Amino acid sequence: MSILHTVNKSPFQKNDFSSCLSHANAGDAVLLIEDGVYGAVSGTEAAKQISSAEASVYVLGGDLAARGIASDKIADGITVVGYDGFVDLAAEHQAVNSWL
Amino acid sequence: MSEDMEEGGTVKKFMYMNRKAPYGTIYALEALEVVLIGAAFDQDVSLAFIDDGVFQLTKDQNTDDIGIKNFSPAFRALGDYDVTKLYVEKESLAERGLTQDDLMDLVWEDEDDDWAEKPSIIMVSRDEMKKVLGDQDVIMSF
Repeated sequence: MSILHTVNKSPFQKNDFSSCLSHANAGDAVLLIEDGVYGAVSGTEAAKQISSAEASVYVLGGDLAARGIASDKIADGITVVGYDGFVDLAAEHQAVNSWL
Repeated sequence: MSEDMEEGGTVKKFMYMNRKAPYGTIYALEALEVVLIGAAFDQDVSLAFIDDGVFQLTKDQNTDDIGIKNFSPAFRALGDYDVTKLYVEKESLAERGLTQDDLMDLVWEDEDDDWAEKPSIIMVSRDEMKKVLGDQDVIMSF
């Protein structure tokens, strides 16, 4: 059983991303959307936690672009996906957990 | 509705994940409402209390002065709806200066064991919680 987790809160405001990373299993995917994409910026505490996480981390490109975050600002190990990639991730995993 | 589900014969593992304190927002109360509604569908239901969600289970809650209903007694009713697994994360409690002694003593009656009262709260570590979450078919997050 693998899970797609989505996180839509800024890691500077809430601990959703951090808590999600520590509860995600190997084989799970974590997708940052909406204000969650701020957690993908390299050099942040949030991005540092990704290196020790078991799950793969993705970020939604449209939400990055909307917020003016250039692709060269994204931390290593994070994959940028579009809405089509979002759909693929939802289809590839057996359940979706949208962290609120 | 229940007939349809029986025809399908599928019992899924439903997890309601609680990560918010009880009275600052409506999420905790709404989660409990959804659990009680969902309990009518004879699925394998469990609850998880992570981060501020552990505050929902503290004992001696008294909302007289804030004009909001104290819904914590409703957790005692969950056993009557066959909701008997409330996973509480040890680290989340400890980070907030709490121990299990600060939580309500929640029990359910086992009809297969002469209605013996058994504890509903299952204390788990963060790693154990991770495995519990990974074992679910459906997760609803509040």
